[in-house]
Order: sequence, then structure tokens, then C-alpha cells
Amino acid sequence: MSVQASPTLFMASASAAVAALSDVITFKRVARLGEDALRRPTGSEMWARAVHLCLRAAARGRRGFTSKADPQGSGRVTGELIQHLERLSLVDFGSQEAVARLEKAIAFADRLRAVNTDGVEPMESVLEDRCLYLRSDNVVEGNCAEELLQNSHRVVEEYFVAPPGNISWSKLDEKQPFPHH
Amino acid sequence: MVKDGCAHVKPAAATDLSVFLLVTWSLWWQTGHEDHVGPDPPRSESNCLLRVQEVSVALKQGQVTPTELCQRCLSLIKKTKFLNAYITVSEEVALKQAEEAEKRYKKGHSLGDLDGIPIAVKDNFSTSGIETTCASNMLKGYVPPYNATVVQKLLDQGALLMGKTNLDEFAMGSGSTDGIFGPVKNPWSYSKQYREKRKQNSHSENEDSNWLITGGSSGGSAAAVSAFTCFAALGSDTGGSTRNPAAHCGVVGLKPSYGLVSRHGLIPLVNSMDVPGILTRCVDDAATVLGILAGHDPKDSTTIQDPVKPFTLPSLTDVSKLCIGIPKEYLTPELSSEVHSLWSKAANLFESEGAKVIEVSLPHTSYSIVCYHVLCTSEVASNMARFDGLEYGHRCDSSVSTEAMYAATRREGFNDVVRGRILSGNFFLLKENYENYFVKAQKVRRLIANDFVNVFNSGVDVLLTPTTLSEAVPYTEFIKEDNRTRSAQDDIFTQAVNMAGLPAVSVPMALSTQGLPIGLQFIGRAFCDQQLLTVAKWFEKQVQFPVIQLQELMDDCSSVFENEKLASVSLK
Repeated sequence: MSVQASPTLFMASASAAVAALSDVITFKRVARLGEDALRRPTGSEMWARAVHLCLRAAARGRRGFTSKADPQGSGRVTGELIQHLERLSLVDFGSQEAVARLEKAIAFADRLRAVNTDGVEPMESVLEDRCLYLRSDNVVEGNCAEELLQNSHRVVEEYFVAPPGNISWSKLDEKQPFPHH
Repeated sequence: MVKDGCAHVKPAAATDLSVFLLVTWSLWWQTGHEDHVGPDPPRSESNCLLRVQEVSVALKQGQVTPTELCQRCLSLIKKTKFLNAYITVSEEVALKQAEEAEKRYKKGHSLGDLDGIPIAVKDNFSTSGIETTCASNMLKGYVPPYNATVVQKLLDQGALLMGKTNLDEFAMGSGSTDGIFGPVKNPWSYSKQYREKRKQNSHSENEDSNWLITGGSSGGSAAAVSAFTCFAALGSDTGGSTRNPAAHCGVVGLKPSYGLVSRHGLIPLVNSMDVPGILTRCVDDAATVLGILAGHDPKDSTTIQDPVKPFTLPSLTDVSKLCIGIPKEYLTPELSSEVHSLWSKAANLFESEGAKVIEVSLPHTSYSIVCYHVLCTSEVASNMARFDGLEYGHRCDSSVSTEAMYAATRREGFNDVVRGRILSGNFFLLKENYENYFVKAQKVRRLIANDFVNVFNSGVDVLLTPTTLSEAVPYTEFIKEDNRTRSAQDDIFTQAVNMAGLPAVSVPMALSTQGLPIGLQFIGRAFCDQQLLTVAKWFEKQVQFPVIQLQELMDDCSSVFENEKLASVSLK
């Protein structure tokens, strides 16, 4: 899905975000760092992504899933948006039907525009008029590392094992077309 | 009292218990027993073994043992396997728990009303040592190291965990049809009441091909309770997932107030709306279970601190001080005429008994499903982000990079429905869309919640609405539309309640012309669950919803039927 990045461009940003570049086994916190970066991209990563998308422009034609062919589509789900959403969610659309479903979902959500919400505060929780209490900071349970490690598929000693976190996700690299579920 | 066949248990307990239940019900049905049974018979004369209270008494008096009860439920589970209500049957665990309960009863130290009583738990609650899958490939093989708080509370009371029930994948759906273990079949598809109606309409096709859905997403739990394989079951309710299948399966489905029951251990869908739901065969049982589950949990900071005590429901005789509200916007064109007429009948019932029944308005009703759709998909997108294959759950084979691994894992682990919601949710959370969709939906949520507050402030005690648009539909009909469309249609009466965090209960009212259950929903004020259930109990007593006559099970026992007929007749 994403770009075949220029190595120099990417490495420049990646080195800022990740310490170990060549380790095969990374610590979990590094994997977590990669995860966090996914959710809240750093400035340098966003810049890198913008560059990637520009570089990708030429290759975009290869992608078949846009909404332009969809008669019901409002044309809002562009190829660029599809890539962006897939990159953010780390799930793929998988098929044209999925894109059509997103179009319908957006059209459905657009009905909210008809409601007048001037002066209305957003409601985050129904318990907003109550205090939420925190527990006192005492350790009362834990020491169950073995139990927790059992649930993971790849573990080495006391570490969860993750693949390297400093490699941009690129579907072309994997040469995997969208599977049709 | 609910019109049901009471099993008269012989103290000697020499005969097969489940056969007794089925035999006496069939006799009562055949003798055209139309009159309702009357007020609760004195405990010494009869022990109805459909309800928690009565079973509890029978256990305490030694008329039946927890092990027997467990064995009967396990055998019923095996007989009703075709319903696909259970994903995991925890036979050994249940029998071991039954053994311990038996020891306690022998010493006279029972833990309470639920001690030794079989229950089932929806498979999105974490259960220590028992596989918890959420009907998804993502968690297939995942064995949690801890119990959800609600599960722990039930186990602490001595309840026997029969197994984990089937659901829509990650509780997303309104039919219990989209899980990896297959759809759940509605026990009413096999009921005498339904089949006789179909014969009358001369449907000659293969009876099993047109089975009905249970509704969802807690369909497995509803089917488990409806088919007598357990006495109570836990579901979850985010947009109606407990009440919808309860209405379709003819059982009571309670959604407690948000903040009353702990969500710790419930695999989250929408943090601001999820609530553990309770499915039982009568309102009293729901109250019993709620009394045990409610209360502050230090592990769930969204539970309120107010002290909560278990309660028994008063038997209301005078409803003249009640004010029932009928929201006019809930009268939609899609509502089936049968449900509409039952709804009117219920309103008239309250009025005829002296209650004040008024029409009220919830002006933003037509937007509530849209608002729910945006908020739900957004929170789902966030909650599903934890599934990356690293610490638990499915993991793909690729190890090129973390992101590639996450992407492939999630592609393999989630089905179309889940992926669709994640993508929609992330769309609404994009920077350019956040204000226009997500924040807008949050504002509309406030308007909807305020609608309810205004209605309750105007003197209404309880709202009465339909639960579903119609009775349960055949599976072949249901799958003609996709999951999102169906959810948008089916959740229409139930999801506004989740957005406002109010308690609501679906109570089965009557059978449709096709012989299928139709339930009505009562909505109460926040944290007034006891009052809500009191009204529901009164209603349940008035309508006398019939017991399901399960043909399949009876056919199995037909050979024993002859021998037992005389014995059971003499008990009457």
C-alpha cells in the first residue's frame, strides 16, 4: 500500500525515532514505540509520509480501488484516502465492496449535519457530573510474567519478540494483493 | 407468576429431572391449561425449577443436588448442540464447581441464591483458564489469565459456569450470525408453538432450512437461557445487544445503568456505552443477578461509588401512581403491525389498571442511530488497535517489520464487519473530519441524553417502547442485507438508551401470529434499576408469557414419556 521509499529519506526520519537499527530482536517497548508512532505520528514521520505520498503519485494508477467507479459514491473516498486509512488502521479494505460500504457509512453519517448543535457541548461520558476516582498507588497484584508470556506466540526468555520496527510498511515489498475474504 | 409448567420434584429424586420438566409441561399444554396459575404457590407444595429462586430453595432443601442440576444442564447442552449457542462448554470446571457447591449445601453453608446454579457467559468476557475468543480469529486460542469482575462475582457466589456462549464477532452485529463459529439458531425455530403455526400455513419445506436468527449480538446467551441449558447468562449491551436477542428468544434481557456494573474483563467495544447485560427467564432472576453484580469496582473507574445492596423486588399491586411515557417518535413506518398492536395493548393495560399513560416526545430520535454509528465506529477503531498479535491472540507468520506483521495479523484476524468499522471509525477521527463527525456526534449525543432527562423530569417514571421492529426473521432473510444495514435497522429502539446510559429491560409479552416471541422494552431513570424492574415484574405477571415447548427434546424423551405419565399426573 505505501510507498517504495527512498532509503535515504526514510532512514533520516527513522533514525530520529528509533534507537536500534540493526537488531533483529527488539525490546517490546521499541515495538510499542512503533505502535505509538503509528497512532500519533511525529513531525518527521508525517513529513516523510507526505514525501512518500508524492513519490507514490506515479504508482497510484496501479491501485484499483477508488470510489470513482462506484455509482453511489460521492467521490470522497479517493485512492489517497484509502491508502491513508489503511496506513492508520493497519487493516485493509480488501475489496471494492468494502470501499462502497465506507461510502455508504459516510453518507449515513452526513445526516448529522441537519442537527443544530449551536452552543451544545460535546458529551464524552454519561457520568460527566460525577468524579472518577483513581485507585491508590499500591501494588496489590502482579508477578505473573510467566502467565502473561504464555499467551504470546513468540517469546524469548522474558521478552515478547517483535520484528524490526524501523521499516516502513510497504505492500509492494510483500507483493501481496488484497485477499478477498 | 409467569405461566409456566412447574416441575413437581419428588423428594426421592428417583426419576430423570429433565424428563420430568418436559413431561409435565407437555401434559399441562395438552390439557389446555389456559388459566394462569395464580399467585406464587406456597413453597412447600410445588417447586418450579425454571427460576433461580425456586431452584435455590430446592437445593437448600436437598430435593435436588448441584451435581444433578449440572448434569441435566450439560445433557441439555449436548441435546441442543445444533443451536450452536455455546462456543466452549466448560464441563469439567462446572462439575468441579458443582461438587464444591454440594459440599457447602450438605454443611448448610450455601453462599447465596446463586450457589450451585448453572450460568453461561458470553464469550467476550474474560474467563481465567477458559478460552475467550469473541468469536474471532484474532483471539482464537486466547486463554485469559484473569476473570472479568462480573464473572468473578458470579463464581464467588457459587454459580456453575456451563460455558462461553456464541456471539457476533467482537459483539458487532444484530443477529449473532457473523462469528467464526457460525450463526446461532433461535430455539423457537424448533418450538411446538412455531411449528404448529407453520403446519397450519402448510409450509412443507424442510423444517430445518428456514430456522430463525436469535438476534444479537448476545444470541448465544439468549438461546442458552431460552433452551433451559442454564438459569441465567451474561451478555453485553452496547446498542441493544442484550435486549434484542432477549426479545427474539422470549427471555428477559436487562441492560443496567451505565456505571452500575463493572466492565473490567469485558472486552471493550465502545467504552462509553458498553454494559454487561443479564439474560434470565424472569424478572426476579434478573434482579437477583443484578444485586450480585452491581457495585463499585476499583478496577473499573467508570463504576459509581454509591453503595449498592442486593434487593428483592416488591410485588406491585397498585400502579395508579405510575406514569408511563410512550415516545411518539418510536412509532416508525418500519414497525411491524403486530409489534405495534402489542405495544398499544400494553399501554392500554397500564391505563386500565390506573396508571397514567402519556405520549412524550424524544425529538432527536431520528438522529440517534446516526450518532450511534459515528461514535461506535470511532471508539471501535480505537479499541481494536490493541490487537496486534504481539502479546496475545493471533499472530501472522510474516516477520518483515512490525507494521507489516500488525497489518497481516489484523487482516487475518478480523472479519469484514470489524475491519469495516475500524476503517469507518478512523475516517471519522481524521483531523479534517474530527469536528464535523466525531465532535458533532458527541454534541448530538448530549441532545439525545437531554431528551430523556427532560422526559423524566416531566414526571414520567418509565418509558414503554418496542424492543425490535418485528419477531425473529429467518436466517436466509436476514443475510440479504449487510451487517451495518441490519444493525442500523435493528438497533433503532435500543441504542438511544446506551447513549444516555439509562437502564432498560426487554420483557417478553406475547407470541406473534406465527408463534414467535415479541418483547417490549421498559426504560428507566439512571440508577433507578430497582424501580424499573419492579414495573417490569408487574407487567410480566399481567401478560403471562407462555413457556417454550421444545419439540426436539421431547421427541428424544418420548420413550420415557409413557412410563412417567402416571407418576407426574399423580403429583398434580
